[in-house]
Amino acid sequence: MANNKQERLFMNWQWFHRLGSPRWFYEKTDAWVPWLVILAWGLLLVGTVWGLGFAPMDAKQKDSYRIIYVHVPVAFISMACYYIMAIAGAVGLIWKMKLPYMVMKSAAPIGFAFTIIVLATGSIWGRPTWGTWWEWDGRMTSYLVLSFLYLGIIALQNAFQSRDTADKASAILALVGTVNIPIIYKSVDWWYTLHQPASLNLTSAPKIHISMLYPLFTMIAASYIFFTLVLILYTRAEILRRESKTQWVKDLASGVPSKGDKA
Amino acid sequence: MKFQFDSVDAFLKMGGHGAFVWASYVIVYAILIYLTLAPVLSKKTFLKQQKKLLHLQKKSPENSQ
Repeated sequence: MANNKQERLFMNWQWFHRLGSPRWFYEKTDAWVPWLVILAWGLLLVGTVWGLGFAPMDAKQKDSYRIIYVHVPVAFISMACYYIMAIAGAVGLIWKMKLPYMVMKSAAPIGFAFTIIVLATGSIWGRPTWGTWWEWDGRMTSYLVLSFLYLGIIALQNAFQSRDTADKASAILALVGTVNIPIIYKSVDWWYTLHQPASLNLTSAPKIHISMLYPLFTMIAASYIFFTLVLILYTRAEILRRESKTQWVKDLASGVPSKGDKA
Repeated sequence: MKFQFDSVDAFLKMGGHGAFVWASYVIVYAILIYLTLAPVLSKKTFLKQQKKLLHLQKKSPENSQ
C-alpha cells in the first residue's frame, strides 16, 4: 500500500522534475521550433499588413496611430517576459534546478530588446502626436526603469566568476524588480500626464473600434508566440553551453546520432 | 475589408506620417529578425567549436582531462 502511494506521489511530480532536465527540454523542443517559426512569423506578417494597409485611419491621430500595432503588443510581452524571468529565477532559487536559471538568463536579452522596441516606437509615435520625442512622464520613466532592470540582469550574469553566484544574484534582482511592473501598469492612472490610459483591459469594453482591434489582437497573439519561440531558441543555445561537459552534448557536437537529437 | 490607400505613393507617405510609421516598423523588424537569428547562429558556432575541440582531444588524449 505504502509503496503504491509513494509511486503515485512520484508519478505526480515526474513532469516537474522532467521539466527541470535541460536535456529533456532540448530534445522535446526540437520538433516545436519549425512550427513556432512558421506560426510566429506568419502571424506577424499578417498582422503587419493588416495594421499598415487595411485597418481604418484614426480620426484624431491619422495614420501615425498605426504604430500601435507594434508598440502595444511588444509592450505587453516585454512585461510578461519580466514575470517569466522573475518566476524562473524564484523556481531556480527554491528548488535549485538548472533549467529555470537558463530560462531566466535567456529571458533577459530578449526582454531588453523588447524594451528598446517599445521605447523607440513610443518615442517616434510621440513626435507627431505629442510634439516631443521624450517626456519624463510616469509611464515612460517607469518603463525606462524596466529596460535598466533587464540590463542589470545581463550585467549581473557577466559579473561573477561562479555560475551559481551569478544565477542567484540575478534571480534576487529579478524578484525585487517585479515591484516595477504594477507601477508601469498603474502609472497612466496615477500620474495622468502625457501617455494615454490603456485602450484595452479585461474588465471593460475596449475604447477602440473593432475594425482596428482585430489586427491588434493578431499582433498580440503573434508577439506571444514569437516570444515563446525566441525564449526556446535562446534557452536551447544556453543549455548546450552549460552542459558542454555532458556526454549527450558531446555526441550532439560530434554528430553521433542518438535518439531524438539533431544538430 | 479594403486597402485604405489610393496609391503606393499615398501608402508610403501616410498623409505626412509615413516617415514615423515606416521607421517604427523598420526598427521593430530589424530587432525581431536579430532575436530570431542570433540564438540559432550562436548555437551553430558553439557546436562547430565543440566538434573541433573534441577532434583535437581525440588526437592528443594526454592533453585532455
